[in-house]
Amino acid sequence: MIFQPAIIALLLASVISVAMLLAAAPFAIQIIRHWDIASGSERQLQLERRTYLFSTLAMFVMATQLMALMLFVFNADKMSVMFVGAMCAVGTLNVNAWGFPALIAQMAVFFLAASWLAVNHVDTRAPDYPLVRIKYAALLGLLPAVAAVLWLQLEYFMNLRADVITSCCGSLFSEDTKGLTGDMAALSPVPAMVAFYAAIALAFATAAFHAQTKRGGAAGYAVAATSVAAFVAALTGIIAFVSLYIYEHPHHHCPFCILKPEYDWQGYWLYVPLFAATACGAGAGAVQPFRNVESLRNVIPQVSARLAALAAAGFLIFAVIATVFVARSNLMLIET
Amino acid sequence: MTVWFEKQRHLIDFTLASLIRRKGRNLGLLFVYTLLVFVLASVMLYTHALRHEAAVILEGSPEVLLQRLVAGRHDLIPPGYIERIGTVRGVQQIRGRLWGYYYDSVVKANYTFMVPEDGSVAKGTLVVGPALERERGLARDNGISFRAYSGQLFSFTVAAVLPQASELASADLILMNEGDFRAFFAYPAGHYTDVALSVANPKEVRNVANKLANLLPDSRPILREEVQRTYASVFDWREGIMLALLSAAILAFSILAWEKASGLSADEKREIGILKAIGWETGDVIRMKLWEGGLISLTAFLVGFVAAYLHVFRAGSPLFEPVLKGWAVLYPRFDLVPVIDGLQVATLFFFTVFPYMAAVLVPIWRAAVTDPDAVMRA
Repeated sequence: MIFQPAIIALLLASVISVAMLLAAAPFAIQIIRHWDIASGSERQLQLERRTYLFSTLAMFVMATQLMALMLFVFNADKMSVMFVGAMCAVGTLNVNAWGFPALIAQMAVFFLAASWLAVNHVDTRAPDYPLVRIKYAALLGLLPAVAAVLWLQLEYFMNLRADVITSCCGSLFSEDTKGLTGDMAALSPVPAMVAFYAAIALAFATAAFHAQTKRGGAAGYAVAATSVAAFVAALTGIIAFVSLYIYEHPHHHCPFCILKPEYDWQGYWLYVPLFAATACGAGAGAVQPFRNVESLRNVIPQVSARLAALAAAGFLIFAVIATVFVARSNLMLIET
Repeated sequence: MTVWFEKQRHLIDFTLASLIRRKGRNLGLLFVYTLLVFVLASVMLYTHALRHEAAVILEGSPEVLLQRLVAGRHDLIPPGYIERIGTVRGVQQIRGRLWGYYYDSVVKANYTFMVPEDGSVAKGTLVVGPALERERGLARDNGISFRAYSGQLFSFTVAAVLPQASELASADLILMNEGDFRAFFAYPAGHYTDVALSVANPKEVRNVANKLANLLPDSRPILREEVQRTYASVFDWREGIMLALLSAAILAFSILAWEKASGLSADEKREIGILKAIGWETGDVIRMKLWEGGLISLTAFLVGFVAAYLHVFRAGSPLFEPVLKGWAVLYPRFDLVPVIDGLQVATLFFFTVFPYMAAVLVPIWRAAVTDPDAVMRA
């Protein structure tokens, strides 16, 4: 199965990412040990020059990870025709035990990468690069995560066997299934809707408030927390009721089938703003610990306000799109 | 936000101007880049169109085919089998099929002889496929003789030629009457080549196949979805092998891009030196250079992809046809239906733009950290 073009592309992206981070690792250690912005020594000059290279490399790796997530899901959906019993990405990911861990790891790296990019952005705005050490320490921390994604992808793709009968989304996301996915599917529509809109409204309000007032600290963390909560609530809501309206079917809860062309790729309209909003929200939280750094006093409120504004816009777009899908549907879940 | 956009716009402006100043150099790179995208995109578009075509054709094939095996080889279905299959619940329609291959020494190719299920071909006549029409110069009402495997000579008249549109499936096909078929191949009465079953409920197909395998242990049920999957895998595999081979080209291209990006001319070095002297930061130079790479990538990607589209769907893909399509004496001539698949575009992007950008990062940085005084004094 390794000779699938998209699989080759994904592995290529992961391998290059890990290789670049590995190349950056010795440098990161040097920075952590020897960085001294006040010094004018040869070594410091070298380090300063090199930070440009490795910041660019790291940004490149992070951007790659963001795109790889899309490609991974896209590919899983496409490959479902090749497995007995698979009807969408769920079946493909269920072919062996590595599929869902690979997806979740890729998602985790996506959010970590987004947070790292936010911190990096703040740091480059200050004249004295106050966060250089922290940034590179975080980069060292990200290396195992990206390597783990590569490893999980390798295990997953190497162990894809076309003769395995996999289970389709109908069995994973059904009211009768035991476990988290089953519980999410079994939520009755009204409470699910209330929780869905409440969580998104809260995230939107917090983010909009933070964007307006630009007051740091607690508000910034609150944006991150409500964003993550809204992310979870949004996924639950998609499984519990949005998908039903899209399929116009009272028992089909799958959050992956909405990505299929049969449903006009409506899922991408939901997921892209949702992921973007959550990433921005998480980024606004990630820069907060550094708000008291002298040279960042003016930078961080601005950046985190902008991130919060983007998050608010993303959640708003997501909510509007979800509402349109629900309103346009011919399915009636709630008696009026 | 507007400030940011303004800044990027001016950077793009500047980059374009500087790209145009060094036309020859950049056009060379652009050409090679476009060529790479063109080759890869051709492979991808072509295989995807074939996969699509196969899927469309198989859509109309029976859900289950049943073959009888003797010593692991395909054998005739003896009388009585069809009646026994009739007892399996869930089977909607059963039809014994009659078909076989015939080697024609005149054109040195195999024909597929088949009896159509509706029995529409009259005795003594044939309906022939378009490739046969071409190769043997046949037309309506022409006579043609075949020497049967028994040595006896049979003469037929051509009643019709199958339409070109179905050529992919019918190039080498000859439809004939059941009586003629049995006489020509000396087929025993009541025997069939295989059995086609249609199953009403698609979810029951596997159960029906299991029941059939239990009921008739010497038979082999072949499911349509298995055939579809096999085709999809075969084409994917061919595409993957092609791409794996072409990865050498991608690597070579990356090296070229690296070389091109690092071999800065004295002019460019001076330009960067002056830019830095007048207040550009290293970050700005990197951004400008990234825009340069991005613009070249985008142009190459678009031009290469459009060229590949024309190559595959207008010109019939003369470059890769032999590898990707397979080979036969009576190969069908067919036009592919243009299909573009989002995943393929995304994959192609990863195969071309990604390695290029990865390759030029280090040279870009090298160029950007140049000291202005070092350059200008040199």
